[in-house]
Formats: sequence, structure tokens, C-alpha cells
Amino acid sequence: MSFKKTRQEFIADLDNLQTKVSAMGERASQAVEKSMRALVKGDKLLAHEVMREDDVIDDMIIGIEDDCILLIAKQQPIAHDLRVIATGFKISTDIERIGDHAFDIAKTTCDLETPLEGKCLSSVQELADCAERMVQKAMQAYRARDVQLADEVRHMDDEMDKVFARTFYVLSDYVKQSSDDNNHVTQLLFVARFLERIGDHAVNIAEWVIYLETAERIHSKKHAE
Amino acid sequence: MKMNITNLNLYYGEHQALYDVSLPVPENHVVALIGPSGCGKSTFLRTLNRMNDLVEGVHIDGDVRLDDEDIYADGVDLVNLRKRVGMVFQRPNPFPMSIYDNVAYGCRVHGLKDKKRLDEIVERSLRGAALWDEVKDRLNASAMGMSGGQQQRLCIARVLAVSPEVVLMDEPCSALDPISTMKIEELVAEIKKHYTIVMVTHNMQQAARVSDYTAFFLNGRLIEHDKTDTIFTKPHMKETEDYITGRFG
Repeated sequence: MSFKKTRQEFIADLDNLQTKVSAMGERASQAVEKSMRALVKGDKLLAHEVMREDDVIDDMIIGIEDDCILLIAKQQPIAHDLRVIATGFKISTDIERIGDHAFDIAKTTCDLETPLEGKCLSSVQELADCAERMVQKAMQAYRARDVQLADEVRHMDDEMDKVFARTFYVLSDYVKQSSDDNNHVTQLLFVARFLERIGDHAVNIAEWVIYLETAERIHSKKHAE
Repeated sequence: MKMNITNLNLYYGEHQALYDVSLPVPENHVVALIGPSGCGKSTFLRTLNRMNDLVEGVHIDGDVRLDDEDIYADGVDLVNLRKRVGMVFQRPNPFPMSIYDNVAYGCRVHGLKDKKRLDEIVERSLRGAALWDEVKDRLNASAMGMSGGQQQRLCIARVLAVSPEVVLMDEPCSALDPISTMKIEELVAEIKKHYTIVMVTHNMQQAARVSDYTAFFLNGRLIEHDKTDTIFTKPHMKETEDYITGRFG
């Protein structure tokens, strides 16, 4: 009996799907970094670029979804093959949301009438660094099919929650002490919330990577913790 | 367990075709046997009602039990065994006689002559095989004029007529078109309420759709068996995953 490899075309299609998901993740990760750079520098031109590029991310998810649907229809995938497709669907949705939050942050920059103050900004910068690291690491885990790396992202969420709580406290305190117009701080509270959500999506991606490689369903429940 | 197979080895003369196979067959469930051609799954299926006895030079060791009775024990009545463990083959094989006579055949062989009782059994069996409505007006027509899908359901009706406990199916849909295949699959889902079914299939999706348990054979060995949901989502053995995902052929 020969054990020559079969279904080469299908295997290539699955590889291609994962390459597309990785590329989409890369785009969204860059969008988060650029949206924060635009916010910190008050660079509205860069912010507009991020908002325009969100359309590219939206187009990418349509392409990935179409690929997934076609592969299910034509190949009747099972076991690991099916998980590649199922996680392609799910991870691309999380990436698309990350892109949306980058868009929201960029829009905040565009809507500002005056540049943000350094003191307020530094409080969200730490949160942004944490969110960006989580997204990058989650996508790295996906590319490398690295369950351990994915697990590390899950644990980074605890740190993220602490930073978010601290940021929220600092910004709230600033509102109380400041007699100025608090519009800037309110905007930053929103940005902090967007960044915290980006971290959550990174955790989702990490959990799908674990499912992809082990078939184990893991879902962190924040309330239970 | 309806049937229990333990440490079964089978030899065609010097050639060993099955190696130390152990498999439980739970009552009123469907067990699918999958694996590449020549892996031993049909050979294994035929050991369950001793069809291999007809092949010259076959000898087996191990234990095959039906309701805890050793079917290879001395003095086992083979006609009665095959009444209890019926078989449907790959190609429909109706006898060249009427639809009615095909279904009544087994009961007549077992000595039933009462026309009224035979009528009841024929109708019940044809209904059980989801064929009654299509043939009730032409029961005396030749079975050879039926379509392939109808002939296969007739063969199932013929098996059901003698009230078996276990039905063995050896690739029952491989010669049928997709619609007839779906009808047979629906039929299997229906009749498993009353019978235990062991089915050999080359169609992975069919195994996934119709069976409760799946056993994967390779080179005469049972590589793994588990709930079908597990085999098709998270098989334990790499060989199983490679086979069900079509990674080798």
C-alpha cells in the first residue's frame, strides 16, 4: 500500500488561507501602532491614513470568509483541516474588530481640536504598548502554531486588566483635580477602553490558536476570575 | 454489548489478514468500519456471521460473541446465526423472482408457509426498508426491473424479514446514486432503533453522518475506535487523521 501524499491542492489552499489570516493580522497590528502614533503626535494626516486603511482590512476579511465557505463546500474538511477553516473564520473576525478599534482611535485624533497633553497621554501609552504586544504575540503564535506562546498571551491579559484599572484611575483622578475642559480626558477614557478591547481580541485569537492545535476549547471568563 | 470481538486473528492460509482485533459493538447503534482498500475491514465484517467459513483455507483465532455466545463454538447452527446476523452486500443482489418472493424468501426457508403471516411480514419489511409505497402495487413484478437504489432497499427488506438482531452492511451505497444513497442513510438512522448495525464504508462523510462509533483499520490492524464525533474531530492516532483527511491513498 502506498502512502504517497494526496490532496496537495487542498493542503495548499489551507496554507494560503492561513497566510491570508496572518497578513490581515499584520495589517491590523500596524493599524493599532499607527493610530497610537497619530494620537500621541496629533498627526491627523496619519490618523486619516489609518481610517482609510481600515477598508483594506474589511476587504481582507471578506476574502478570507469566501475562501472558508468555498473550502467547506468543496472539500468537506474534518479534524485539523476543519479547525484551520473554523479558526480562520473566528480569528479573522477578531482581527477585523481590532482594526475597527484602531479606526476608532484614529477618529479620536481627527476629532480633537487641540493636541492632547503629555500627562494624560503617558497614562494610555502603557496600555497601548501592552495591547500591541498582545496582538503581535497572538499572531506570532498563530503563524508558528505555538500553543505555549498562545497561552502566554492569555496570561498577559491579567497584566492588561491591571494597567487598564490604573489608567482609568489616573484619568478619573485628573478629571477631579482639573478645572479645565475635560473633553480630552473623556476622549482618552474611550481610547483606554478601545485598547483594553484590543487586548481581549488578542486573547480570543490566542484561544483559537490553542483550539486549532489541540482541539481543546478554552474560553476565559472575566467575571469568574 | 450486542457483539464483542476480542483478540481476533484471521489467516488466509499462510497470509495473516487480521491482527489481534478487539472491538465492542453496542446494541442499537451503528458502527462504521473505515480504512483503505485491503485493510481488512470487509474481512472483519464477514467474521461477524461466519461468511469467511465459505472461503477455503481461512482459519481464525480469538473470540467473537453475540449476546455473550461464542459464534465460533462447536455446534453453532450457521443458518440460525445468519438469520440473527444478516448481511447486505455492496451490489444489490435480488433473486430473479418477484418483489414479494424476494422478501418472503428467508421466512419460507425457515419453514413459514402461512400466506397471511407472510403478507404481514412482507409489508412490514418493505415499510421498514422505506420501499412499500413505491412497490405496493406491483409486488408480483420481477425485482430485476427495479432501480439499483430500490434493489438495495429490497435486499435490506429481505434481511429485515427474518427479524435479525444485527445487520452487517458491506459498502451498501457504493453502487448507488446520491439520492438512493441518502435514502439508505436515512433508512439506517431509522432501523438502528430496532437493530444493531455494522457498516463498511469508503465514504468518510457517510461514516460521519450515519454512525455512532467508527473503527479505523489499516494493514489488518484496528488502529483506533471511538465515538464517531471524536474520530472525525479529534482522532487520537496520526494514521487515523491522515486517512480521514485524505492525506494518503
